[in-house]
Amino acid sequence: MKSDKAPDTPAPSDQAIEVRDLRKSFGDLQVLKGIDLTVGRGDVVCVIGPSGSGKSTLLRCVNLLEEPTSGTVTVAGTEVTDPDVDIDRVRRRIGMVFQSFNLFPHLTALENLTIAQRRVLRRGKEEAERIARANLARVGLVGKERSYPAQLSGGQQQRVAIARALSMDPELMLFDEPTSALDPELVGDVLAVMRSLAREGMTMLVVTHEMSFAREVADRVVFMDDGVIVEEGTPERVVGDPQHERTRLFLARVLDPAAAEMGEVPDTGPHEKRADR
Amino acid sequence: MTMSRRRRARLFRGVQYAVLLIAIAVLALVADWGTLRQAFFDVEIAKALFPEVITTALVNTAYYTLLGFGFGLGLGIVLALMRLSTVPPYRWIAIAYIEFFRGIPSLLVFIALGFGVPLAFEVALDMDITVMLSLGLVGAAYMAETIRAGILAVPKGQTEAARSLGMSPGRAMVSIVMPQAFRIVLPPLTNELILLTKDSSLVYLLGLSLGQFELANFGRDALNEHKSLTPILIAGLLYLVITLPLGHLVRRLEARTAKAR
Repeated sequence: MKSDKAPDTPAPSDQAIEVRDLRKSFGDLQVLKGIDLTVGRGDVVCVIGPSGSGKSTLLRCVNLLEEPTSGTVTVAGTEVTDPDVDIDRVRRRIGMVFQSFNLFPHLTALENLTIAQRRVLRRGKEEAERIARANLARVGLVGKERSYPAQLSGGQQQRVAIARALSMDPELMLFDEPTSALDPELVGDVLAVMRSLAREGMTMLVVTHEMSFAREVADRVVFMDDGVIVEEGTPERVVGDPQHERTRLFLARVLDPAAAEMGEVPDTGPHEKRADR
Repeated sequence: MTMSRRRRARLFRGVQYAVLLIAIAVLALVADWGTLRQAFFDVEIAKALFPEVITTALVNTAYYTLLGFGFGLGLGIVLALMRLSTVPPYRWIAIAYIEFFRGIPSLLVFIALGFGVPLAFEVALDMDITVMLSLGLVGAAYMAETIRAGILAVPKGQTEAARSLGMSPGRAMVSIVMPQAFRIVLPPLTNELILLTKDSSLVYLLGLSLGQFELANFGRDALNEHKSLTPILIAGLLYLVITLPLGHLVRRLEARTAKAR
């Protein structure tokens, strides 16, 4: 499959993320079958596709939470797939937001934001707390500093998780289905935070089912199916006028709730459909 | 003749109460209460035991237990981490240690350290060290398995989140996984403390001087002196003074954990 890249691709070193011929297998199961993907600095790229298409695995290969079987991944000029690279050092520059938040339950919201600043970046207590408070304010959670994760709603927890990643001053952010575990009425707050991040020029690679978010915020949309990139391009092109049958099929299922009832349902929660109605 | 289910249940319960009452009546008639009371609870003898039974025996029991628990916990953490190591020989050593010390009686370890080591190596181990090692070596084997289970019970996403923030594997373990693992294993570790409290009675084997007496030794000594079971009963009750609150604590902690999940 040829992916149609933007014609004005700058030199590789200027890219935030460069993925070349990435393959990943779990045992006999080939999850990624040769992925080429480029994310420029300041770009927002949304990856969509049915469940099991490999989009989360692709994202997790970018910060090496999954070890690629072959191929290269370069983040901000550093080849993370190089065995000699200090991955801990690279990961500091990559913010990661998980579907299940993964906040540290034994720490308060503020401590969730300060612990890596202090232990990894060696920032002093005062500085770390100042940055943490600023980032909690940025995601609209002033006053929740002393709350433990269990005392927060899902939407609040995910915003703390975003603030935690931001506190490390990342050069880019990875979002792995950040709203899929949320109750429908809580999705909006998280998307609003992500929207404002995009507006501030943050480089973002987002695996999502939120078509309205992809259409509105993404510079590019990548459609994946069965371990390959089927097509990519502007949201208008990929979501509005898909060229491939597989993309059309997927979008029809996601965008039309009635079709989703008729078997072969992709892994979309009810909220995505609602958000797109 | 047929009986309704309700009538049959009532009859059955009646029979059970009748058996119980008969048993109590027989015991009350047969037992020689005067002798029993004298043997088990002679007030004069009981009075004579205080305050030493508290100030020496109870305090020493708690002291020996904490010595063994502290050492066992430290060694248990090391063994648990070895058991989870990616380097196979560390795993093998940990497994061998755990299987060995879980499989042999504590009594044997006390004999080995209390008598075997001084004879074989011609060194007299300090009493506190002997107790600490004897109790701790066995306790560590049990605690290692408990701690390992606790570490494995912390969701994988926690480590992933920590690593994504740039933490090294060791830092993620110390700052993120371990604190959560300890919350999970607090109830079973407290149970381990209860078991060690009882095992500390084995110290009496080592031949203690008066000031080193713990509850079991104190009770036995007083038994010889007074020719009465009263000291043993008192010693038993004082073990309960330690273990019952701990048991209560375990249930409270378990309830709290259940609520937090």
